[in-house]
Amino acid sequence: MDFELSDDQVALRDGIRDLCAGRFDIDTVRGLADCGGVDRRLWAELADTGVFSLLVPENEGGVGLGWAEAGLVFEQLGRALVPGPLVGTLLAAGVVYYDDHDNEVSVDDEVVGFMERPNGPALVEYPDVIDALLVLDEHGVWRVDAAELSVEPAQSLDPLTPVGRAAELPQGEQVQSNSYGWANRAVYLCSALQVGLATGARELAVAYAKERRQFDKPIGQFQAVKHKCADMYSREEVARAALYYAGCVMDATHGPGLPADPSGYLYFEGCMIHLGDPLGDGEHKELVRAVSGARILAATAADRNGKDCVQVHGGMGFTWEVDAHLYLKRAWALTPQFGSLDRHADRVADSVGTDRHGIGAPLG
Amino acid sequence: MDIRFTEAEIAFRDELRSWLGAVLPTLGDPPGRDDWASRREWDTGWQRMLYDAGYAGVNWPSEFGGRGSTPTEHLIFLEETTRMGAPYVGMNFVAQLHAGPTLILEGTAEQQARHLPAMLKGEEVWCQGFSEPNAGSDLASLSTRAVRDGDHYVVTGQKIWTSFGHVADYCELLVRTDPEAPKHRGITWLICPMDLPGIEVRPIATVAGASEFCEVFFDEVRIPAGNRVGDENDGWRVAMVTFSFERGTAFISELLGTMNQLAEMADLARSTPRSGPFARHDGSAWDDDDVRREIGRLQAEYDALWALTKRVVSQAQRTGMPGPGGSVFKLYYADVKKRMADLAHRMLGREALVLAEGGDEQTGGDMVASRLYVLSLSIAAGTSEIQRNIIGERILGLPKER
Repeated sequence: MDFELSDDQVALRDGIRDLCAGRFDIDTVRGLADCGGVDRRLWAELADTGVFSLLVPENEGGVGLGWAEAGLVFEQLGRALVPGPLVGTLLAAGVVYYDDHDNEVSVDDEVVGFMERPNGPALVEYPDVIDALLVLDEHGVWRVDAAELSVEPAQSLDPLTPVGRAAELPQGEQVQSNSYGWANRAVYLCSALQVGLATGARELAVAYAKERRQFDKPIGQFQAVKHKCADMYSREEVARAALYYAGCVMDATHGPGLPADPSGYLYFEGCMIHLGDPLGDGEHKELVRAVSGARILAATAADRNGKDCVQVHGGMGFTWEVDAHLYLKRAWALTPQFGSLDRHADRVADSVGTDRHGIGAPLG
Repeated sequence: MDIRFTEAEIAFRDELRSWLGAVLPTLGDPPGRDDWASRREWDTGWQRMLYDAGYAGVNWPSEFGGRGSTPTEHLIFLEETTRMGAPYVGMNFVAQLHAGPTLILEGTAEQQARHLPAMLKGEEVWCQGFSEPNAGSDLASLSTRAVRDGDHYVVTGQKIWTSFGHVADYCELLVRTDPEAPKHRGITWLICPMDLPGIEVRPIATVAGASEFCEVFFDEVRIPAGNRVGDENDGWRVAMVTFSFERGTAFISELLGTMNQLAEMADLARSTPRSGPFARHDGSAWDDDDVRREIGRLQAEYDALWALTKRVVSQAQRTGMPGPGGSVFKLYYADVKKRMADLAHRMLGREALVLAEGGDEQTGGDMVASRLYVLSLSIAAGTSEIQRNIIGERILGLPKER
């Protein structure tokens, strides 16, 4: 066992961190609100760096890394508040589809959203910039071309997650005949973004606590503020451990990359993933529990760190000018996706019992 | 990142499992909570069995009689012994995890030869004389005096929270030898035999009733100068070196025992009818969304803390020092375990008034006693407030208050 980042993983994390620092400084990120959340040139830089082809095997032109690495990359993207349909575009990179003449279509530079098919009207994220939308339902994954979408703009809570309302989602073209595991992957990637958000919010709060002075002292010298910062760090570290563990379990059960044949993976129905029939295999239960557990911790850490970041900033935290609200709003935009936290708590609970799951069951 | 065990680690685990499978059924029932003579026999007997099988001092270097295992093997050892219901380290705790490692790093050859083999065989029980009534979080302000008189130190003062003080053979004792020096620089570390004249031990009645905690009073106790570990007035540093022996494994038995307890609570929830005059629905407690989801959330948090433990242990394995996760673990764990005790009481209803006999409050078994025990988790070994100071100042770099 060596549950520390390898040298390659550290280099990857630091590389993405530096890319974000160089290309997605906070002024740039804020500016993206004026262009639907995505600037094609910057998006292409992410793509060229391999952010979206991380999981595609090397012999198919991808980077050929695993889910643990994808988590590290998405954590950094979350920390830097990078907007755009990151989850959908990464997951779409594993999908091969065909035109009317059965020719493989290249989707290299696409901006792709991903969502569950709702019963009734749909709230579509980044409606002005996506090329396509992948839609998940119990029959599989469907590709809806952006041109087929009819979206009314709506004012978004999060300026960096623009939304529009579609009265109905077109059925689209089926690109996967089942939906095994898709929700889990999306849940995992959202969790990684949220661990990053929790980190970014904590870093902002700590920096302010060192610099802001009241009563002739930096406010971070007062335990009331210091301890709040310590709690933020604790939440973030525990959530990060859960995320990295989930990434390792994903790699151990999925194998590297996006599997072309997803049979045998998790059964997904609506947003309930049942622990019952199609599983039967201890490893997959481990995966469900690890991913849903990471989801609960990451979403909670992002929410609470966002709020604490506002609080540490005092009145300034309530202004548009200070970035605290951006972390909190992004956290809120991500949390309702792919199953509520209550459902994830149910999924974890189903695995608890003396007859259900040995503690720390090894993966092999 | 690789959470899988290596072939060597799996071999270590399998060998341990088969040994535990053979010896655990021969142990019989553990003694009652207040039967101290039998508890000593039980705890030290288990230590002797570990010694005979080559598992004593699993994390001690082999040149001092330990097994010299890696941090991961130590984790496996604690995981497997807890999983299979082996005795907890109990009153061997101070010898195995504090005093022993301190003597290994700072003791003289004579002190090592005198005590280390006996500790490994379960022949010496040690206790810790660090905290005082007026030196808790501010440990370095301790005031128990030691005055040099020929080849002895004459010790007068009072210690508190000395676990197993009334059963112990030796005490690792911090005393003030230079009252004029800055508080960290006037402290000395002594080996104190507990049968010396002038020592009085009084058990402390805690909120949980009887317990292993004691007060120890020293009235002109003459301790041979040869029992000093490290230099005079260098005791603070000597006390701190124990931390370099720490590999993030301190709470593994506790955490895994707690996870077992949560699994039992889930069983209980599934089998407890939701009945009584105020129940609004039929079914079991499990059908109560709040109860079931809180179990799910708690499990998610324990799994995360287990993952954090593995990260800290891996850091210790790579660098020889555990990462900063220790304070985070302790702070977070105390809070989560309190929520679990509260949930147990919600499920138990009026039954929560009854203390069960003989449960092991530390690793599970008795949910009622556990609700009291968990109150100490955020106090012992550095309060949660001190942990937050450590995280805030040493990790986040926030300015010190003083």
